[in-house]
Amino acid sequence: MKRLYITLTFLVAVTMILTACGPKAFTCTDKIGCVTIAPTDPVHIAFWGVLSGADGTLGTDSQYGVEIAIADQGKLLGHDIQLTTEDGLCTPEGGATAATKLAVDTTIVALVGSSCSDETVGGIATLTNAGLTTISPSNTRPVLTAPDRSPDYAGYLRTAHSDAFQGKTAADFAYNVLKVTKAATIHDGSSYAQALQQVFVDNFKTLGGTIVAQEAVAKTDTDMHAVLTTVAAAGPEFIYYPIFIAAGGYITAQAKEVAGLENVKLMGADGMFSPDLLKGAGTAAEGMYLSSPDFSLFPAGYTAFVGKYKAKYGTAPLSIFHAHAYDAANIIFAAFTKVAVKDADGTLHVGRQALRDAIYATKDFLGITGTLTCGQYGDCGAPVIAVYQITSSDPTSWNPGTNPKKIYP
Amino acid sequence: MRTTLTEKIGEVAVAVFLWGFRILVVSVVIIGTILTIREGKYTGVQWIDFIVFGIARGSIYAMIALGYTMVYGILRMINFAHSEVFMSGAFGGYFLANAMGQSGFLDKYPVLGLVAAVLVGMLVSAGVALLVERIAYRPLRKAPRLVPLISAIGASFFLQYTFRGFFGPGIYAYPNVKVLSGEWNIFGIGILKMQVVVAVAAFIMMAVLYTIVMRTKIGKAMRAVSENKDVAALMGIDVDGIIVATFGVGAAMAGAAGVLYALMFRQVNFFMGFTPGIKAFTSAVLGGIGNVPGAMVGGIVLGIFESIGPALFLDGLGIIRPYQLQDAIAYIMLVMVLLFRPSGIVGEKLTTKKA
Amino acid sequence: MNKQLRLTFGKAVRTGLIGGIVALFLCLVGIVEIFGKRSLIEGLISLGHVFLFLSLLATGFVTASRKSDQAPLGRLWLSLAGTISGAVAGIVLALFMLLGSVINIRAMFIHASPDLYKILSFGRGMAGVWLLLLVGAALGALGALIRVLPSRIQKPLMQGFIGILLVGLFAGLVRPLLVAIPGLPEALGRYLFGQTGLTQGGALITFILIAGIVAFWSARGKTVQARVAKWPRSGQLALRWVFFGLAGVLALTLPLFSGPFIAQVIVLISLNILMGLGLNITLGFAGLLDLGFVAFFAMGAYTVGLLTSYGEYGLAHISFWAVVPIAILVAFMVGAFLGLPVLGMRGDYLAIATLGFGEIVRLLAGSDFLGKWLGGPQGVIGIQKPCLGILGPYVGLGIPRVCHGLELGGPKEIYYLAIICAILVAFVASRLRDSRLGRAWMAIREDEDVAEALGVNLIQTKLLAYMLGASFAGLSGAIFGTLVGSIFASSMQLMVSINVVCLIIVGGMGSIPGVVVGALVLIGLPEAFREFSEYRFLFYGAALIVMMLVKPGGLWPSSIVQRELHLDVKNDTGPNNAPTSAD
Repeated sequence: MKRLYITLTFLVAVTMILTACGPKAFTCTDKIGCVTIAPTDPVHIAFWGVLSGADGTLGTDSQYGVEIAIADQGKLLGHDIQLTTEDGLCTPEGGATAATKLAVDTTIVALVGSSCSDETVGGIATLTNAGLTTISPSNTRPVLTAPDRSPDYAGYLRTAHSDAFQGKTAADFAYNVLKVTKAATIHDGSSYAQALQQVFVDNFKTLGGTIVAQEAVAKTDTDMHAVLTTVAAAGPEFIYYPIFIAAGGYITAQAKEVAGLENVKLMGADGMFSPDLLKGAGTAAEGMYLSSPDFSLFPAGYTAFVGKYKAKYGTAPLSIFHAHAYDAANIIFAAFTKVAVKDADGTLHVGRQALRDAIYATKDFLGITGTLTCGQYGDCGAPVIAVYQITSSDPTSWNPGTNPKKIYP
Repeated sequence: MRTTLTEKIGEVAVAVFLWGFRILVVSVVIIGTILTIREGKYTGVQWIDFIVFGIARGSIYAMIALGYTMVYGILRMINFAHSEVFMSGAFGGYFLANAMGQSGFLDKYPVLGLVAAVLVGMLVSAGVALLVERIAYRPLRKAPRLVPLISAIGASFFLQYTFRGFFGPGIYAYPNVKVLSGEWNIFGIGILKMQVVVAVAAFIMMAVLYTIVMRTKIGKAMRAVSENKDVAALMGIDVDGIIVATFGVGAAMAGAAGVLYALMFRQVNFFMGFTPGIKAFTSAVLGGIGNVPGAMVGGIVLGIFESIGPALFLDGLGIIRPYQLQDAIAYIMLVMVLLFRPSGIVGEKLTTKKA
Repeated sequence: MNKQLRLTFGKAVRTGLIGGIVALFLCLVGIVEIFGKRSLIEGLISLGHVFLFLSLLATGFVTASRKSDQAPLGRLWLSLAGTISGAVAGIVLALFMLLGSVINIRAMFIHASPDLYKILSFGRGMAGVWLLLLVGAALGALGALIRVLPSRIQKPLMQGFIGILLVGLFAGLVRPLLVAIPGLPEALGRYLFGQTGLTQGGALITFILIAGIVAFWSARGKTVQARVAKWPRSGQLALRWVFFGLAGVLALTLPLFSGPFIAQVIVLISLNILMGLGLNITLGFAGLLDLGFVAFFAMGAYTVGLLTSYGEYGLAHISFWAVVPIAILVAFMVGAFLGLPVLGMRGDYLAIATLGFGEIVRLLAGSDFLGKWLGGPQGVIGIQKPCLGILGPYVGLGIPRVCHGLELGGPKEIYYLAIICAILVAFVASRLRDSRLGRAWMAIREDEDVAEALGVNLIQTKLLAYMLGASFAGLSGAIFGTLVGSIFASSMQLMVSINVVCLIIVGGMGSIPGVVVGALVLIGLPEAFREFSEYRFLFYGAALIVMMLVKPGGLWPSSIVQRELHLDVKNDTGPNNAPTSAD
């Protein structure tokens, strides 16, 4: 056995020493560097996001959006498009590892991702410093595109909205439409939920409402009766719990079982916007509210997209950011087409900084989530949030627009 | 001479620290309780609600803990894969329950349907447990203690991702059983029907198991094997068979727990066993590992602590979002109990075997 | 002879059934379907097929093996037996397909999809069922044949196939390595590898290469070894130093060649080695099953985070080098605090209590209650990287301090820090093991009461085990904090503690080289298995079980365990009273 280890070490050592001469250099005038694509090689893009675990549907859904974009695009300047995926596990270290793995691959041109804001926090520095640019379809944490963001985020854009809008819309809805003055929030310990409920709290207070309770559970908790009793003791009229599907389902189902919360209005956010919520919550979900990007404002192309999605994957969309991922991929394709330089023999050369600049310069792009223009801090999304209400608890009747029905604005 | 002196100082220091720790925890608990009650935030009914919720939660822990404790009693190993056995029972019962729910059978004959679902869950989980025992544990019976532990961890991962592969990563939902929704009014308090069913089921299961272990021949054989495997073999007991039987019975309990859990919380998913598994193991230890009534007591006590702890102890002290710390409370209570009663609340099994 | 035949055929049928069930399992779990999309050899065979074929081959192989105490059967009979078992396995799959054409299996098992049926029937629809049976029988026969071949031919053949499998499976890792070698034209990479696997030419070359090497080694290896053994002692020592020297050079220069990903993985491995060495003291030497080890890791990480961060939670702005001793000290003290309450507990009580402490630390660190100081769910970000030189002054919130010198900014640089620390700590650990304290620990592990009776001060010894183990973990956490640049309580999961326990036991409890091997295997494997994406943990779990079944003493057991399990005595029966191959 030890002999085996020594032999392997020897072999690898020889390989490494032969590698000592270093990689070939390219003649390239780009500030960061260039990607060379041989005539028969594909254009290599990558997707990184959460593909496993309880939140796996979020990333998988976006990945499907990217795959449909690739299928629709067909060939890019005569080259096939190759997609690599990496799992970020919805954690900072997972994102860091995925980013490192992808950053090493010098054939990658650009990326779509990540799914969870935590993953971006962990991995963006690596990607930016490797000269890569990534467009996230579902990160919503406000700080990621804030004006005071660190230079590590130079390679980061997103087609998703910022939660600064989502929380504000929820507060407006609660105070002005539902006319409640006493609200409570519950978050699940994730940075997304905690930040979002804080936005809601701040806006609600500014409007004149009172926050009677701010509680928190863990993502893996299943029995919510106790925390709901504590919330009930504070006497709220409205509970805002912008968390994920599993815990959200439990809270919705159990809220009705706790004395004092029978007439309380319940509201969740985009993390719960999925037919799986109906599965988890059952009949208790009827009448609850959810905030989400406004699908009705999506241009006509969206319906066709959903049709393609259903045909290819045999299911209704698993989450809500598939369209944003589709648009992200297409923005990349458009920018690529603009800056790629074709050689005499058909080799493509793409400057990384040029590509990044072209993506940032995206203006009036006709996507299926709206007409997108990318700002200098990376916000490409059209930030229109709507509030929906669930009308039926049958998971097969899930159809954004009808069930849940858009009721605000 | 000097060595003895430093030793004595060391012992005294340790004793002082431990007593300080106990006093600190107890005073925090008492002060917190007093402050909370003075604050008057909760009504008496709500306190009772907390306790009832805790008992329901604890009953599930107790049922799963029965399996842990039995396997530990016989094999002295932590069966990490037990949480996946629990999960497989929930899945097993799901398909039948779903079919019954959709065809309306469940509404017409709820009792029959539920019993059938529970039985199927028990069968599936027993099957899974026996398979795991045969492949991952039996060859390692004579290996050092920690080796089967790693094998169990491997089995746990394997089972989780097998079920993920079979059934996907999404959520499956148990159907709504009309008969079980709503509440009963017992002594003027509204208690959810489902919670009563779960508590009663746990108690029945424990009673059945206790009777089996204490009163039947096979139970005697189990106790013999748990005392000393080799001597039991010399006495003519089929040790392999007894071990298989133990796994089977413990797994059946977990499977039933899985179905009941899923009926109560609706959601079934490949990862659902992890946290309840840890909690159940904690309950088993709390009550005294290897001890059947101990598992029940441990489960109920743990459930109550988790449920009422944050509100009672921490709220008054001004700790915000106390429910994030509910597991922390449970574990501190565990340590406190073990400090006062090192063998758990009820104590280890009849034999005072060194752990 | 007749009875032997009947036994063998009975075994053939049983093995076939098991093989069929395994193949069915692979289908239902989705491995065959998902890997059907990846090809092993471009245009020829997909990985999905490979998994299927492997199980069919294996049935034949296993059927043809016989225990050494049985009389040998003719090759023909064995091949026939292999054919039968392959056919039986094929029947199982065929039945599955027939069932699938009648009822909708997909309603329950999501991977019983049309794609799967296509793969199983080789694209021929229901007629493919017969083809499946034929293929099953043929592969069974092939498997048996391979088994009965003389080892001269068998070994190179098998290793050649395994080589193709591994290279094709991990093509994603092998190809960049190959392409990075200059002197080899890039066209070679393209010739050998297709988009997802090997090309036909590449497969042939790999097979010839590996089979050739194995054939050469088995033919000439013994003579080479014998010749080396005849060398003067100084010559042999020199050879050994050359190997170690090369390994050392490799280790020192690796990050320069292999890119940041491999450097990052090795840094993670080193951090796990550090933690493993710590837990090796607590668990391996002293026998205290601590399942909350991640708490000490968290202590080190948060100390570094809070004292060096330029973000909003930075309490002070000290340089990394000054903070490391503080972090180790903090972990050391916390080891005492968490060790004292559990001093009197044994076995599984200890396990669950320490697990509880680990969870308590994680919950407190991520709670909103302590969020003002520890960052809560948002974590502590903006941790300053270590600076070999002069660190500029703290300028303002959120602005990194300038480093006048070499900044250890990424995994490539921190790699050296991690490796040096690992070597230092391994040295300390080995000195501790051989000290009086180390022997006291081992006495406690074997039997506490006897140790006490022999004069070992239980309290001191146990506490020191916790404290020293904790300090190593604290160091590991400190490096982790500065590597990732931010700390989140969600990183301090129970799974980390469990992983460290696993890696110690897989490597060999109480053995320091075992910790290194265990970390390499248990951290390196999932990274290599990234190719498998969602089935990563399935294989990981199976690998854990297999490793424990095959090597219960660990991959590199300590000498004591070797003696206990009689692993070092040739031809002795192992702990399970079955003949084990001495290794």
